[in-house]
Amino acid sequence: MAGIGRGRSGSPSGGAGGRGRAGDDKNKDGKQGQRRGLFRRRKVCKFCADKIDDINYKDVKLLSGFVPARGKVLPRRISGTCAKHQRGLRIAIVRARQLALLPYASD
Amino acid sequence: MQRTYELVYVMRPDATEQQVADLHTQVEAIVSRMSGTIGEKSEAALAFSGRRRLAYEIGHHKEGLYVLEVIHGDGALVHELDRRLKVTEGLLRHLIVRVDESQTKAERARAKRTEESRRRRTARGLPPDRQPGEGPQTDDSDDSGDDFGVEAEV
Ligand SMILES: [Zn+2]
Repeated sequence: MAGIGRGRSGSPSGGAGGRGRAGDDKNKDGKQGQRRGLFRRRKVCKFCADKIDDINYKDVKLLSGFVPARGKVLPRRISGTCAKHQRGLRIAIVRARQLALLPYASD
Repeated sequence: MQRTYELVYVMRPDATEQQVADLHTQVEAIVSRMSGTIGEKSEAALAFSGRRRLAYEIGHHKEGLYVLEVIHGDGALVHELDRRLKVTEGLLRHLIVRVDESQTKAERARAKRTEESRRRRTARGLPPDRQPGEGPQTDDSDDSGDDFGVEAEV
């Protein structure tokens, strides 16, 4: 068939909710858990920022930035990609893998 | 219903020019038999086609010949094409994806953004469209645009 299998869809998370451990402390001046000092770049969805509306499976250069050495899709919590674009990204990566443009995850 | 699809197939790297041409003819034949048409290729599509290194070996092959075709047709055509390509010898991989939908969606998103930007500019008393010499920053990008790095770190 055309198009892409859904793969294992439905991650347990279920949605936007708080990432990380929510509510273990509500301190605004969080002294801990708030890695400071180190380079902590504000995470922005690259696709929103660059206004990429259509994430194309042929754009290997773009996609490979989201597929680290082991071949898995870089999780959102690290890349900062928004949910909508992460979905599109995953589909593009799966398609690219099928055509051997990107590697499959190695174990 | 007529739709637009993109077909990409990967031939063995040792395929002869004749074999490449033959497969193209075969694809064309299926498309026209199923009352579809082969569409124009964009620059990007042309640039994509050709010999490439495979991201993983397929049957001892490390390279493949990539061919991209744009096809207008219906679901039955795609079904038939897919069925035939599956049993075509010398083909390492193929993929058919529908592209009309995502293209319209992208266009709509772009239009919406432009409209939004015009609305905001007007509200600020600016001419709706960017004037020459306003600088590279688009008025709806809010921050410095410091480069976005994807780091696998932590
Ligand atoms: Zn986004």
